[in-house]
Parts: sequence; structure tokens; C-alpha cells
Amino acid sequence: MDVLSRYEPLIDDFAAFRAACERPLPSVVRVNGIKTTPERARAALEEEGIDHEPCEWHPGLLRLDTDHPGRTWGAFHGWLHGQEEVSALPALVCDPEPGERVWAACAAPGGKATQLAARADDAGLVVANDRNLGRLSALRFNAERLGVTSMAVTNRDARNYSLAPFDFDEFDRALCDVPCSCEGTVRKNPDALDGWSLGYLDEIASTQEAILRRAIQATRSGGTVVYSTCTFAPEENEAVLDRTLDSENCRLLDFDCALDSRPGITEWEGERFDSSVQRAKRIYPHLNDTGGFFCAKLEVGG
Amino acid sequence: MSEPSDGLAENDGSRFDRLPATAAEREVVGRATREAVLEFWDERYGIDPAVFADYTFWEKGSRKLWAFRGEIDSPIAIESLGITFLRTRQEHWKPTTDAVQRFGRHASRNVLTLSREQARRFVAGEDQEIEWDGDWGYLIVAHDLAGEREPLGVGLYLHGELRSQIPKGRRRELRGVDAGEP
Repeated sequence: MDVLSRYEPLIDDFAAFRAACERPLPSVVRVNGIKTTPERARAALEEEGIDHEPCEWHPGLLRLDTDHPGRTWGAFHGWLHGQEEVSALPALVCDPEPGERVWAACAAPGGKATQLAARADDAGLVVANDRNLGRLSALRFNAERLGVTSMAVTNRDARNYSLAPFDFDEFDRALCDVPCSCEGTVRKNPDALDGWSLGYLDEIASTQEAILRRAIQATRSGGTVVYSTCTFAPEENEAVLDRTLDSENCRLLDFDCALDSRPGITEWEGERFDSSVQRAKRIYPHLNDTGGFFCAKLEVGG
Repeated sequence: MSEPSDGLAENDGSRFDRLPATAAEREVVGRATREAVLEFWDERYGIDPAVFADYTFWEKGSRKLWAFRGEIDSPIAIESLGITFLRTRQEHWKPTTDAVQRFGRHASRNVLTLSREQARRFVAGEDQEIEWDGDWGYLIVAHDLAGEREPLGVGLYLHGELRSQIPKGRRRELRGVDAGEP
């Protein structure tokens, strides 16, 4: 079936959306501030003769003129990490300070979790968790290559996560970059929609809600929880937020986003959502020439 | 946990244990101390102990040490804590590639700086004949990148040969002499 056509009522320029979904993604790397600066990273690329340009909205993201960003000196030194441009957004929204404790609930393979550590100058604590042991080894490899020394890695189910191993009982912030139907990654992986079904949306949405609820419970009053997916499906985005607003003590916050975005939607297939879900942001591929994304910022308590 | 005749316990590989500050506080047989670890980096590579002031050191697998920026209660049974840092099983202690890339820029001794072409061979895992009149053993191997010396990893220098210790998973085929080679 043609999955993306279900979103035609949501998107103003659907033809442009369609066309963007069919183009491959540019090759983008994030400069790892734990090991270098954007200036030095760019100088190293120049020494190698690799053309590059910074993404307009973030000087620490570089578009490279190579299909093999991993085969650069910068990648070997852990100065650069291949990361889709739009996926750099949630760690910026979460924005941990040095000394804060952050939970990355579904952290593997580690692009966003290592970015959280770098945002806090590698001087906070990032507890990076993932349920999948195979993906966890990729997370550990990336964290070590990027020189992240402020990370603790756990292998548990985020839905009923226990802080028992630790000597504290709540986080300052959390990032729930939850497993999803990945519709927004179709530019990177043309097969992304092959296994799509409404039944899967229902199943994954209950997992997403359970992870978000656990993150809110495990974060201190006044703390920040960021919820993100790489999918367009309202079932996995606004509907999850709407149910969580009902069941947990939290509220949605406005946030700045230098990327062009659209607000969360309040109605889908006859279902109405809390009007505050408009504070979330939908990012469609044609708006900034990126993958598709959804991001929401919540405050716990109050 | 078994108790050898000297009354000290064996390492428990299922959890992270913080290193004792000094030998007098040691409870596990053969475990390195914080004091000895700081002394190793200082004496061998000239890295000031102040560089590690915010770090705690931990053992999980036997004689495999980890460096974690921060404090946390010991012991702790999790998958990883900070980065792998130093192996102390053999007579000569061996820093990890990741520790050298993270902390090696503070070194002032036993640092071998390669040309770009030598660096390319080193990160591909090749051994090579190189002249070096300093100490033998585990060296910090570096090259100049973007205007400054940058550590690549650990090399074992013996009998005129530099043996790359870059682990298989970290080796890369990179560009050498072409494109902007100094």
C-alpha cells in the first residue's frame, strides 16, 4: 500500500513532500565537541581535500561531499560522527548542563546520547540504556571512539526501568527517542515502509507511551523530558502525548527550533487531541532537505 | 568469592569496583591503586595527575581498568562506566587506544609523531620500521592534523619496529600522500 498518501491531508505541499522522500539524503556529520572544535574539524577535512559546508542552523553539523564519512581522519579521531541532520535536534532541545543527570532511554547506537554528553561538556552523567544487546555494543563502540567519559551504559527494558544500580533516584532530564515505524527514514532506507501495518502502529504506540511515562516518573519535578520519533504517524506522536498528558503530571512546552517545522496536529481520523500538542514540532523532508522527524518538549510536574 | 591465602578476594567480573586509593586499602588481590595509575601516566607519558582530578578509576574484567568522569557508589553492576583505559595484567601496563585518543594530548614523554603516510599505515594496522631513540615499549603514537599534534593510538616499539596496537574494529584505510599531504 502507499503509506505516505495517508498524510496528504496534513501537508500543504504534498508533491514537494513526495519528491523529497524519493531523494537520497546528503551525507552529514556532527562535530564532537569533546575532542575538537568545528574550526579544527573543518581544517582537517580541507587537508584531506573533502568539500564540506556547515548546516545553516547549526555550525557543529557539516554536509560532506563524500559517501564515506567514516573513512576520514576526523572520524578515526572521534572528531566526527555520521548523524542525520534532523536527528541532532532532540539533544539540543533536551540541552543538559554540566553536572546534570540525563537518561537516554533508548540510546543505541548512540548518536543522540553521545551528543547529550558533549552538550554537558562531558561533565554530567548520561545514563544510556538500550534493551537490545547487539545495538548496545554499537553504542559502546561509538561512545569510546568519541571519548565520552561521563556515560554509564545499562541493558534493560525502558518501560519498567529501575534506578536500583545507581546511588540517586531521579534524573534532571530524559530523552525518549523511542522505537517507531521509521517512516521518516525512507530517504536513507527505501525499504523502511515495507513492513508497515496499522497493527504495528498500535503495538509500538503502547510501547512508546510506556517508555515516555517511565521517563516522566524517573525525572525530578521541574525537569525536562524530550520525546522524539522519526515517523509521521500521529498514532505514534500526538496520540502518545495526548494520553500521557492525561495519565502523568507533566505539560508540553514551547521550544525554539532553527529548522523549519509545522506544529503538532490536534485532530486525526476523528480523534481530537489536547490543544497543547501543537507545541510539538513536525519536520517534513521537503522543509529543510532532511529526514522526517517529530519532537516534543515536556516539563515534569506543575 | 574465593579467598586466597593472603586474605584478599578475587576480582568479580560482573560489576565495576572502584580502585582503592592506595595499597593499604586494597581488598582484591592484584588490583591496581589510584596512586599507581596516576604515577604510571605521569612517569611514562608526563601526563600531570591533575588531568585526572575529576575522574574515578574502576576495574570490571580482571586487570581491565576504566576511567569515569564523576563519582558513583561502588560496586555497580552495569554494562559500562566511562571508557576502557588501561590494562594491568602484564608487567608493562598498556593504555587503550580510546584512552590515548582522549588524554594523550597532555603527554610530554614517549610520544612518537609520524608523518601522514606513516600515520596512514599505522591506523591500517601495519607494523613498520621507524627510527626512534627514546624508550622501547608502549608509546603514544601521534601525527599532526589541522595544525596540532593529535594522538592516534598506542604502538609497541621494539628492535627498530613500531607495531600498531590499533584494535581490528578501529582500523581504517585512510588517505595518505595525496590530497594536501604536508
